[in-house]
Amino acid sequence: MNAPPLLRVRDLHVSFKMDEGTVRAVDGLSFDLFPGQVLGIVGESGCGKSVTMKAVLQLIEPPGRISKGEILYQRDSGAIDLTRLPPKGAAMRALRGAEIALIPQEPMAAFSPVHTVGDQIVEAIMLHGAAGSRREARAQTIGLFRDVGISMPEQRIDAYSWQLSGGLRQRAMIAMALSCHPRLLIADEPTTAIDVTTQAQILALLRELQAKYGTSIIFITHDLGVIAQMADHVVVMYLGRVMEEGTVDDIFHAPKHPYTQALLRSMPNMHGETRTALPIISGALPHPFNRPPGCPFHPRCPDAMADRCATRVPMPVETEPGHIVSCFLHHDEAEPA
Amino acid sequence: MSETPAPLLDVRGLRKYFPIVKGMFRRKAGAVRAVDDVSFTVNEGETLGLVGESGCGKTTVSRCILRAIDPTAGQVLYRTRVGEIVDLAPMSRRDLAPLRQEIQMIFQDPFGSLNPRMTLLDNVGEPLLVNGVRSRVQRMDRVAELLRLVGLRPEFMHRFPHAFSGGQRQRIGIARALATNPRLVVADEPVSALDVSVQAQVLNLLLELQKSLRLTFIFVAHDLSVVRHISDRVAVMYVGQLVELAPTAAVFERPQHPYTAALMRAVPVPDPRVRNDDGILRGEVPSPAAPPSGCYFHPRCRFAEDQCRQEAPLLRETSPGHFARCHFAGHLELGPG
Repeated sequence: MNAPPLLRVRDLHVSFKMDEGTVRAVDGLSFDLFPGQVLGIVGESGCGKSVTMKAVLQLIEPPGRISKGEILYQRDSGAIDLTRLPPKGAAMRALRGAEIALIPQEPMAAFSPVHTVGDQIVEAIMLHGAAGSRREARAQTIGLFRDVGISMPEQRIDAYSWQLSGGLRQRAMIAMALSCHPRLLIADEPTTAIDVTTQAQILALLRELQAKYGTSIIFITHDLGVIAQMADHVVVMYLGRVMEEGTVDDIFHAPKHPYTQALLRSMPNMHGETRTALPIISGALPHPFNRPPGCPFHPRCPDAMADRCATRVPMPVETEPGHIVSCFLHHDEAEPA
Repeated sequence: MSETPAPLLDVRGLRKYFPIVKGMFRRKAGAVRAVDDVSFTVNEGETLGLVGESGCGKTTVSRCILRAIDPTAGQVLYRTRVGEIVDLAPMSRRDLAPLRQEIQMIFQDPFGSLNPRMTLLDNVGEPLLVNGVRSRVQRMDRVAELLRLVGLRPEFMHRFPHAFSGGQRQRIGIARALATNPRLVVADEPVSALDVSVQAQVLNLLLELQKSLRLTFIFVAHDLSVVRHISDRVAVMYVGQLVELAPTAAVFERPQHPYTAALMRAVPVPDPRVRNDDGILRGEVPSPAAPPSGCYFHPRCRFAEDQCRQEAPLLRETSPGHFARCHFAGHLELGPG
């Protein structure tokens, strides 16, 4: 890929200062997102995937803050560091919703119940100056509804969000996210609250729209099946750090990190043996105030090595072209103490 | 020749209609047929998986069996510990009370189903107290035993639920369900709120407990790979009706109802090399208040013919133990999911 990355996250740290101590929700995260790419961020609760999304959108609320790192967003005029923009300032507000849009998990919570969905989308279009008049914005919205597969768009535009089914509501949310032609779309568990046949429809729609508009997407989910179906490139996170990063094929067919491997094994699938014990990841996620020293995964890792994993933190290292892994089984580079 | 024992549970023609009321005088304007003529049996020691999308009636079926709600019609025949067969459907609260020990429930939300103001001793021990175990020492002994059984340390009994992770809370919920030595356990989406690695641990625990305590499970869930993993037989519901019922392998390898096949194809495959959008189910689940004519699935079915629009198919046995509600069951090329 010759074009520069649309988004470069560098050594991002997000911490939450609580009475009991500081939670390092994101702890030195780096990745690139190239134009037109679908980047999947996968991990279990508490891995920092949603906090990462909020950091990109500058929506971290106190007591949380970005304590270190850069989020470089590439524009035609050059790269800007989003972490340096005041979260409530004009520059960030102009980006948010226009160039960088979000599809949230719960469209029910994201739409206001007292305005029609159409009015809310028209509002967004007008706010970002993407249409000359309300009439024009309304026509655009009807077109968007048609694009996202909402039948009878002329009627549905005047519906309230609570009058729509879960699937339609999520389609309306996608229409809203696309309304200002974003360059970067962040989808945060967009199908988690939706039934499986509707999920299949929404995923197909997102793929189709992505192919049509070439939008770059960061796709956040805990569902490995959804990641396999949607992403080109995958980042696997655990306790705020990248465990592994690579092409979707590498992650699913040649995973290197013991955590990725264990995660894939522990999933019941549609072909394996039934009613037998599933391979598990032993132990539990450590308490956020109680981060283990060394590699964050070492207390649960079947391959942990006594002499190093508990004392040194492995760096993410590109051991093969495009395949990054943070594990001493594959290299010996540790973070400086 | 030994006689096969009667099934533990025999549900016959179960119906649950919720009235639709309109206007100031709460006039009855119709009914939502949430469960519409559902029949199945559950044998002792087996797991019956009950699957379907939101609104299909799977939870309503389980609540009728538990008599958390009163069925509109039908029988729920249960074989008690002493071998007597009783119909739970018309029973009074007083007659039901002694049977409640034998039939217990595990809930989806391990956060909402435990009382945050009670210690584990009181949470897990409450069913014992209700059932007449007055001595606190006896309850402590039993709770300690139960906690050990579900893989928690007995010392935890003096702590409150907030001190535990999602997976641990689900273990606590299981311990509570087991307190009265039940024979039948209805589990409603018991792992859907859990992370993949925790989900595997809880599924393994349920399988172990079933073996050691000879439990019978009705496992209600929307996740097909989880249901496939844990069930001996699977019942698929659509708009309040059973559309297919068969041993797990038969359902997944040779589905006979087009809805079952479509449901399985909609599951995102955790393999990026298997990507296709073929056979995505169009449209949405109809409302059980106004279901379509004939076969409820016909508007979405790619095999639908005139007969399907006019005549409602019956659930019929197409091969031994394999039931499907489709006019053309056994004659369609559905392929494995």
